[in-house]
Amino acid sequence: MYFNVFGEKVSRKRYKEMENAAKNRRELIAAGLTSRRDLVKMGLLTAGGMLVCKSGLSARAYGQQQTIPPSGSNQLCLPGNQAASPMTTPFVDPLPIMPIASQTPLKNLNPAPTICPNTAGGEVRAACHQAPELNMSMFPFPAPVVYQMKQQAFTTRHSPSLPPQTIWGFNDGTHGAVSPGPTYQAFYGTPQMTRNINALPRLNQNGGFGMPSVTTHLHNAHNPSESDGNPCDFYSAGHFADQYYPNVLAGFNSTSPPNGDINESLSTLWYHDHRVDFTSQNTYKGLLGFYCLFNEFDTGNENTGFHLPSFPQFDIPLAFADKVYDSDGLLAFDLFTLDGIIGDKFLVNGKIQPFFNVEPRRYRFRLLDTGPSRFYEFFLTDLNNLNATNQFWVIANDGNLLPNPVQVQSVRIGVAERVDIIIDFSQFGGKTIYLENRLLQFNGQGPVPPQGFTAPHFGPPAECADSNGNILSDILPAGHGNLLLQFRVSSKAVKDGSVNPATNPTFYQLPSTNTPPRIVRTFKFDRLNGQWSINGQFMDCNEFRFTVSQNSSEQWILTNLTGDWTHPIHIHLEEHQILSRNGAPPTLAVERSRKDVTQLHPNERVQLFFRFRDWVGKYPIHCHNVVHEDHAMMALWHVLPNGGDNINVP
Amino acid sequence: MNQDISRRNLLNFAAVAPLGGAISATKIASAGRSNVNATQSRARKRIQELHLPNVPLVSHEGNEVLFYDDLVKDKIVTINFFYSRCNEICPIVMANLVKVQKILGDQVGRQIQMYSITLKPEQDDLDAIREYRSALRAGPGWTFFTGKTANIDKIRRGIGFTYPDPAIDRDVTQHIGNVRYGNEPLMLWAACPGQAHTEWVAESFEWMVHPETNRVQKP
Repeated sequence: MYFNVFGEKVSRKRYKEMENAAKNRRELIAAGLTSRRDLVKMGLLTAGGMLVCKSGLSARAYGQQQTIPPSGSNQLCLPGNQAASPMTTPFVDPLPIMPIASQTPLKNLNPAPTICPNTAGGEVRAACHQAPELNMSMFPFPAPVVYQMKQQAFTTRHSPSLPPQTIWGFNDGTHGAVSPGPTYQAFYGTPQMTRNINALPRLNQNGGFGMPSVTTHLHNAHNPSESDGNPCDFYSAGHFADQYYPNVLAGFNSTSPPNGDINESLSTLWYHDHRVDFTSQNTYKGLLGFYCLFNEFDTGNENTGFHLPSFPQFDIPLAFADKVYDSDGLLAFDLFTLDGIIGDKFLVNGKIQPFFNVEPRRYRFRLLDTGPSRFYEFFLTDLNNLNATNQFWVIANDGNLLPNPVQVQSVRIGVAERVDIIIDFSQFGGKTIYLENRLLQFNGQGPVPPQGFTAPHFGPPAECADSNGNILSDILPAGHGNLLLQFRVSSKAVKDGSVNPATNPTFYQLPSTNTPPRIVRTFKFDRLNGQWSINGQFMDCNEFRFTVSQNSSEQWILTNLTGDWTHPIHIHLEEHQILSRNGAPPTLAVERSRKDVTQLHPNERVQLFFRFRDWVGKYPIHCHNVVHEDHAMMALWHVLPNGGDNINVP
Repeated sequence: MNQDISRRNLLNFAAVAPLGGAISATKIASAGRSNVNATQSRARKRIQELHLPNVPLVSHEGNEVLFYDDLVKDKIVTINFFYSRCNEICPIVMANLVKVQKILGDQVGRQIQMYSITLKPEQDDLDAIREYRSALRAGPGWTFFTGKTANIDKIRRGIGFTYPDPAIDRDVTQHIGNVRYGNEPLMLWAACPGQAHTEWVAESFEWMVHPETNRVQKP
């Protein structure tokens, strides 16, 4: 008896065909031929073959001049409508490791920093710094650690197969402009300040997309609002904002004085542009980077604290991005979609399909989905042993260490979510292993439904579907997804001082969610005549939709009224815990965690627990499919001392 | 005249003075410099080809015009869709745009061209869109269009006002209520809900005239 990947009985002849096709595909990958268009051109794509519907699922066919399909159309899976970025040879470039951000001597800041915004000097900031005004000994001003980041255009290559690209990045004054930007190595108890300078090109030099008007959000930081990088505070070239990052634990000024709750420790944060209505373009163009926050337990040294793999040698941030290139090989962006953008080229840390030489030991990887709209489900794949189940450990969700490591075969994240994982390469000594995305997604709607999915108008290519043309799973077979990153594992045994997750080490406990909420609020995410909305209303920077009382608890119910769409919902200032999904506690072990982005699946109602502590000011809630976000699926609210209102459906 | 204004705007943009001291004017990597102009014109052409079809329309004044050449090229524009017998979303969006136009004052017609295109040209002939426009009391600088169904559909698809589900996409009563806004020569394009708050819609449109705007929202 023979079965195909969908568990259907097939003939021996068909099974042999499938086996051959899989073997062919591996050879093609080895030969660097991975573009669907090339395979079609070369006649290598057979209707019965198990070649994947891999590349070419873009929002628009930028590579080919042809009839324009509806933006984000399902029809894009049809060969005729397939986007086709030019062919690129995978696994030629080494994985770039972003430099650690270099500090700037205070005297280099000109004009000198001020607690209240120096508007005359060119600063654009909404309010005086709350932290030093609250407690100058805890949060000295100027901060003891200072950075100066210039956001500017620079030229780089995403692949040796493509021409140089002029994109936007961050320049710390030492490493030149890079994207992803330099990685901050930050420490709890050491406040720091960044002067973010807009030095982007003139308006008539954006190369086709991008708004040279910025506001830099530090995603997941427990930050005062004037330093949060709010979408409604933005500035043009020649201006700057000083952003004060207290690096302090939530609760320091409320539930757990004076130093905050250790169980609220954050570790993997990221920074990105958040300019209202233009975030998708500006982040796609490169304005993002990592911010790794350490403390006495998560030390960055495997010989101390929790003994997690040492930073930066064995602790590697990985920024994933899917992009589209036009027929000249230049980066393209669909300025005219309302649904989302799905690229057919996969970048890790700014290179398309790089390789990474690793030693046969444990590594910590900090995986970040930078969007614009794609979800990923990561697997470890050995192309020479596709039946193997290769497990790894999840240690953090959205940068928050879990109570204990969780062993998994795969993990799924949406835009802006992070997951920290430990891979033990000692089991793969001498082999080549791939980090593979096996999640099937055709457009901005999100992944296809998990089971029994029939979508006649999809017209899925034969290799995506069963013999009746239906897609039976959202997970592609091993080796048939998107190979993102190639690990070349050395065979020479090395010392590993890091903790073995199999020994079940304990990290932080989950903070209690027993506090009764002051109020329960409901947020209905909907689409009204194509207009993305929250509770039937649309983003407006001039309106605070509701007021949270400082240091109070709330429950928020996120409800998805958009049918088959999945939305990654992000809330600033404080983390949340998921109390229930459709009435039941989360079933995934990795979701028993603190979060700052929660996936809102089709027809779901998700209940979240919050404490809004320590700081006051304005913050947003929004969909982090950045195309939805840019089309008004966002609401502004604020925290005031004793100012909470009773609006249940804001 | 519009071309002159957009040129003047470009000069204004160039005149935005960078800060002194440590903050220098933008430096483009020298490798990219020689290609900047070529890249700009190439990207602009590609946007036109993929998204801004040069198809004929007829304005409420009875003029036959080409969508890209006459309406969009070198201009700051807003584009939305309606049909005269639509009694659900259109009256809300159009009434909102009337108020937006009042806020923008004489910028409309000078810096900003507002366009509304019927989705049911078979019902909305010249008389119908004229009548609809005057009932709204739309001011100068806001032009209404009819044309051939196929051409209007090309424009709608080009600017991305579509649904992924073809059945919904065909249902005109569910048509996209957003307003596309853009500065064509600068390749700045975005969209906002036609039902968003009036002042916010007006502020968004003005970014196309003054993209160098700085803004803070007081807490």
